Amino acid sequence: MSERHGTGGDPEAALRLAEDVVRQAQAAGAGEAEALVVTGDSALTRFANSEIHQNVASTEVLVNLRFVTGRRIGVASTGRMDPDGIRALVERAASIAANVEELEDWAGLPEADSPEPLPAAWSEGTADATPELRAEGARAVIAAADAAGVTAYGSFSTDAEAVAVANSKGIRAAERRTSSQLLTVTMGPDNGTGYAEQCSVDATRIDGAAIGREAAERARVSANPVDIAPGDYPVVLNHYAMVDLTDMLGYLGFSALAVQEDRSFFEAGKQVASPLVSIIDDGRDPGGLPAGFDAEGVPKQRLALLDAGVCRDLVYDAQTAARAGRRSTGHGLPAPNTYGPFPTNMVMGAGDASMEELVGGLDRGLLVTRFHYTNPVHGKKVVITGMTRDGTFLVEGGKIVGPVRNLRFTMSYLDALANVEAISRERRCIRGFLGGSVVPAVRLSSFTFTGATAAE
Amino acid sequence: MRDLTSRALDTATALGATYADVRVVRRLEENITIKSGRVEGVSGGESEGFGVRVIVGGAWGFAASHHLSPAEADRVAAEAVRIARASATAIRRPVVLDDRPPANGRFESPVTEDPFNVPLDRKIGDLLAADRAMNAVKGIAWTESVYGAQREWKTFAASDGSYTEQVITHIGSGLEANAVDGDEHQRRSYPDNGGLWASAGYEFVRGMDLLGNAERVASEAVELLTAPPLPSGTRTILLHPSQLYMQVHESCGHPTELDRAYGTEASYAGTSFLLPDMLGTFRYGSDLCDIVADATVPGGLGTFGWDDEGVIAQRVPLIKAGIFTGYLSSRETAPRIGRASGGSMRADGWNRIPLIRMTNVNLLPKPGMSFDEIVADTDDGLLFETNRSWSIDDRRLNFQFGTEICREVKGGKVGRLFRNGTYTGITYELWRSMDAVGDASSWSMWATPNCGKGEPSQGGHVGHGVSGARFRNVRVGVMA
Repeated sequence: MSERHGTGGDPEAALRLAEDVVRQAQAAGAGEAEALVVTGDSALTRFANSEIHQNVASTEVLVNLRFVTGRRIGVASTGRMDPDGIRALVERAASIAANVEELEDWAGLPEADSPEPLPAAWSEGTADATPELRAEGARAVIAAADAAGVTAYGSFSTDAEAVAVANSKGIRAAERRTSSQLLTVTMGPDNGTGYAEQCSVDATRIDGAAIGREAAERARVSANPVDIAPGDYPVVLNHYAMVDLTDMLGYLGFSALAVQEDRSFFEAGKQVASPLVSIIDDGRDPGGLPAGFDAEGVPKQRLALLDAGVCRDLVYDAQTAARAGRRSTGHGLPAPNTYGPFPTNMVMGAGDASMEELVGGLDRGLLVTRFHYTNPVHGKKVVITGMTRDGTFLVEGGKIVGPVRNLRFTMSYLDALANVEAISRERRCIRGFLGGSVVPAVRLSSFTFTGATAAE
Repeated sequence: MRDLTSRALDTATALGATYADVRVVRRLEENITIKSGRVEGVSGGESEGFGVRVIVGGAWGFAASHHLSPAEADRVAAEAVRIARASATAIRRPVVLDDRPPANGRFESPVTEDPFNVPLDRKIGDLLAADRAMNAVKGIAWTESVYGAQREWKTFAASDGSYTEQVITHIGSGLEANAVDGDEHQRRSYPDNGGLWASAGYEFVRGMDLLGNAERVASEAVELLTAPPLPSGTRTILLHPSQLYMQVHESCGHPTELDRAYGTEASYAGTSFLLPDMLGTFRYGSDLCDIVADATVPGGLGTFGWDDEGVIAQRVPLIKAGIFTGYLSSRETAPRIGRASGGSMRADGWNRIPLIRMTNVNLLPKPGMSFDEIVADTDDGLLFETNRSWSIDDRRLNFQFGTEICREVKGGKVGRLFRNGTYTGITYELWRSMDAVGDASSWSMWATPNCGKGEPSQGGHVGHGVSGARFRNVRVGVMA
């Protein structure tokens, strides 16, 4: 990516634009104003049938303006940075604010300390990633698949962005962030499939050959899966499966708005998971995909969400924090956000087991690589349904016996977490619903499978 | 606009592209969210940019930018060519496109009452009145009412001389009432979960009669709290159109995408159990099962003039009298099954490549009985209405759906209410068990405005015409 238009990876330029938008909004009559500017370059190389079949890059910008007069709020966004585009943005937001009813409990825009610099969020290696670098990563995966006699499918993405927030109450936040992800599904001739993924701030640290080998080996050993009866089984959930549990808890329960609307399982002080389970949200954890502040420019606090299985704290944005009589924890999403704040950097505590020890503890159970197409059946009880995918194995006497056909599960993830009996030492960064999560693999004493797929 | 598109195409071909196309897209959006009688979010969005897609050395490249200028057209075209050259280092089968005549013309989706000209306070007022009517029902914990409109101006030009212009307007709205008691939470929506969308103007929202349905759905949400959970068993089920469209979407729309059959979505959404060698022979459903992909049907979210490769809108049979007969396809994939593209390539904006997407995947009505008459014709069954949850495996075989409401049908009469209704099965087993489909009087267009596919992810607006249907021997009550 040679010449960039917009502010590219320059957070100071993004901040200047945000400040200018706030000034123009104030000149247009806003009592309070907030501008979020995100500019950047994204690229993704996609491969299937062991060849590159899609390869894309884009230069994008988002300017989001919250225009407040009294308790009336108008939000507008634009993908334009030219003076006419910004002028139209301000006019649109002002027009909306003039035509909406007052939000009775409007708490005002947040005031906050400026966030500390977060150099761990940025890598020149990712910002300077070329199509050739991504093709090299794809070729490394394909070569590993070729060597194992399986076929590779996947993608290698690199993203570099500058993010800035300015508001009329003095918030000035700006930083640059990068992320990269290489993932692959591998398929063998006898219905074997495998999966592996690596996620990093620095694209040059992604090891395509290792990812390819891990997925290819999984596809090789999952060939010719057999039927197994659905029912309750002890399981080991690989990291790739485990991330869905933390994601769903974040999506359904750790938001202050979910609690305020009585749609969350969360009750402070209540034991909902095994004492082995602790989950924090930490935007500054260098093992994840760091972010120093949220879409309102508020620094992200490190929060204990589940501590030894006990509900401890929630994530807040400015509005939900005001309702609760406390300060935002820095988990706001871009306005207008009617779903509520979101934990974007969850980190689950590690255990002391190796992967071999987790599997070795199964007398008769299943090893699950990952889940597919999970969806809440009952949000408040965190009852989720979904399928296993890309390697589901029967384990007997602590040894993998062989692959089984994919199974459907329907159960509460809270019940699953209550059944955690061992956790791996090794944790991995995996891209979550929003942001990145750092999770271990786990062994559960019981997991409820309710159906199986067909051979056809 | 021709200056910009010509500049990009000329630069791409001069640098070695054997084919190039460019799309310039401007999108305008407006969204309103009311929660519990309060205006929680009103936003207006604008986005514009262009994307250049090229073939060099038999490989694809794509680049896009928000900055519309001749110099940027040169830079982006050159970047697309560079990316294609990088792709060419790892291809095994060079891209070959089908022949289609150059596309030329203009299409504009019909709008009676332009949603962007309806005063904002009027739209908020309409929504607020319905939302407050739900809130007035005793036992309601919170409500959410939504409205959205989107308009795209899209110019497509290709190195084969194609040049089309389209203006497409989509609009949607809906209500949601939530009731909570302890850890039990029940929701009822109208007309659909997340709102009902169409290609239309504000007249579509007026026609919903949101206010007239507000109290009913709120009362149903409260009533569900004390309804018994649906017991497990094997039952006759009746799928109301508000659930049947989702069944069509997941178990017919996605598995008939030809790119999935060829594995190019394997790393994300998955593959398909419907393989090309099954065309014309595989029994997908009962004789009553006729499913088409129709980009010409009025009002559908998948209705347009040309797809994003310049292929004219058309109607493609997917399932004919229960037999699998066709795919959603593209200019690259269709020749591999000896056919021309069915015109299903659609992109989510200027910064994404077109992918094979559903257009309007419709289950055709059958003469005989309306859906209400099918219900009356059922001795012992369960009526599932309004999708609440959905999940299906990576080959689109094992599915499980939950609906907001489920009622018992005894002797043709709708009776007892159940909460947390679910049903599950295998795609072709379900469709083979279909023994009644509603007639044209029950047929209407439904929509999925948030269909996810591709990497980087793209949201798709797709339509589904259905009339309700009956299925035998289906497993229900997975979660009691």
